[in-house]
Amino acid sequence: MATSDWGMDWFKKLLPSRIRTDGTGKRVVPEGLWTNCPACKAVLYQAELERNANVCPKCDHHMRIGARRRIDLFLDPEPRTEIGDSVEPVDFLRFKDTKRYKDRLSQAQKATDESDALVVMAGRIQGRPVVTCAFEFEFMGGSMGSVVGEKIARQFERAVAHRRPAIMFCASGGARMQEGVLSLMQMAKTSAARSRLREARVPYLSILLHPTTGGVAASVAMLGDVIIAEPDALIGFAGPRVIEQTIRQQLPPGFQRSEFLLEHGMVDLVVSRTDLKKTIERTLRWFARGRDPSRQTGLVGDVVDIPATD
Amino acid sequence: MNLTFLDFEQPIAELEAKIEELRLLSSESAIDITEEIQRLQARSKDLTESVFASLTPWQISRLARHPQRPYTLDYVKRMCTEFHELHGDRAFGDDPAIVCGLAQLDGRAVALIGHQKGRNTQENLQRNFAMPRPEGYRKAMRLMHLAEKFGLPLLTFIDTPGAFPGIDAEERGQSEAIARNLLVMAGLRTPIIATVIGEGGSGGALAIGVADRVLMLEYGTYSVISPEGCASILWKSSDMAEKAAEAMGMTSKRLLELGLIDEIIPEPLGGAHRGIEEMAARLKTVLIDQLTALSALDLDALLGKRYDRLMAIGHVKDGK
Repeated sequence: MATSDWGMDWFKKLLPSRIRTDGTGKRVVPEGLWTNCPACKAVLYQAELERNANVCPKCDHHMRIGARRRIDLFLDPEPRTEIGDSVEPVDFLRFKDTKRYKDRLSQAQKATDESDALVVMAGRIQGRPVVTCAFEFEFMGGSMGSVVGEKIARQFERAVAHRRPAIMFCASGGARMQEGVLSLMQMAKTSAARSRLREARVPYLSILLHPTTGGVAASVAMLGDVIIAEPDALIGFAGPRVIEQTIRQQLPPGFQRSEFLLEHGMVDLVVSRTDLKKTIERTLRWFARGRDPSRQTGLVGDVVDIPATD
Repeated sequence: MNLTFLDFEQPIAELEAKIEELRLLSSESAIDITEEIQRLQARSKDLTESVFASLTPWQISRLARHPQRPYTLDYVKRMCTEFHELHGDRAFGDDPAIVCGLAQLDGRAVALIGHQKGRNTQENLQRNFAMPRPEGYRKAMRLMHLAEKFGLPLLTFIDTPGAFPGIDAEERGQSEAIARNLLVMAGLRTPIIATVIGEGGSGGALAIGVADRVLMLEYGTYSVISPEGCASILWKSSDMAEKAAEAMGMTSKRLLELGLIDEIIPEPLGGAHRGIEEMAARLKTVLIDQLTALSALDLDALLGKRYDRLMAIGHVKDGK
């Protein structure tokens, strides 16, 4: 019995004190109630982890969350309008590597219940109207093909038309190779759509999550008026493996992580997920104050108040 | 210059070697073999025609990267009566992987930006095999702004394996530098013509490639990733590059079909390197025609068309 007692002590130490109970060994634990932090291996109570926006309370590791959950964390529950949800991918090149693109698509659609790797939603952040989008990384690595490009363009065009700030939660490996050069061209398309936001002086905040690389990093992701990264996210143009192979050198510790980018002047802020909403709301509030017509800044015309459900 | 032949050109190479041998022989001996040489030359031409009539995408991607392929400055030298290079990004340094400058083309003042490969190892080390760092893209951006400010049409020449994947490039914001150029070019108030003269490698190519007209030399390529890179990611083996080249649709013909480019400029028989003068003359003619057409447009209309064109890129199904 000595072995199992020792085992329990070790287990108890990892539990947060308020959920530590005596004699847990005999209780039946429902599946999915507990989870392990992939970084510090701590055993965590699932409900508590979710209350903490899936950030490990022990080591602050930011776990990956899906696009809809991300939107739920930031947008007010009501009102919401999904944009571009009728847009679906097409395998126009009939691309086949070790698998057909068509099969990869249906597999990803089944696994994520999304038609492609991006969800766009108009709604409000603490009452402030915004048009937001989030990448679904589980859908082919959040790769940008025609659908993602089209949805981003629609998001930005909507943001311009309704004069509402655009917010993007980026998590993508880059362009979707299975769509050939058309995926590359989505970089130009999304950047052009972004240029209209600039002309209209509608704010665009880009939030970089783990990971943001390749064609997405080298287009819309790095074009925010303010760029905010979650801690320890991998952000860069080339992936670390490619760089290592090219220069045949070991990469320095922390290379291409959020804090590294902050140090090199490439992002404005590194903000924990639990503080992110507050930071976004505050930034938008400041930009809105600047364009208050009563202040006569002469920069922009009237702010039009448009209901979020139109 | 001795021609370098690629593996699929070996039958042509053998024939050419034989012709060369006969030539040497004829200068030494009294026997007249001119007729024989002419016969072989005609055969070589026929053979080249038949080989080049059915090139695979992989063979084309080899031609686009042919060591003797003409590079940006080779064309500039032949097409422009004047070229005045400008240097530096005003923030960090000057990147020789991209050349920029003011030039005169057919009596017009234009601004030029182009990737520049090196002809030998030393030059390639200096030019980093035309793989730009952020300062290269930022130098290009300076030229874009100058072109807009002083009303000069902008001509760009694309020929790069891609933006440089290195520690220093990442530190100085490779992503931001590329992204910024895409944004600037989308709204630049001057006509832009981009020409893929060789290798159009990914974001590093596109960063000087957003334009009102996109032209491509017949054996140029334009792709989201190199065939080797695509193969090693999707097939986990770079030996599958040939397959990847087929699958990605990276040739001028395929890109024209997909509506991503406006015009293919035919290359001389055997590729641009077999007739640089001819290639430069053809390119010049097309550029002048396109410049004339674009200059006739009102700037607002031009910008509107550029935007619409970019927004139309993509293949999707819309249920609504």
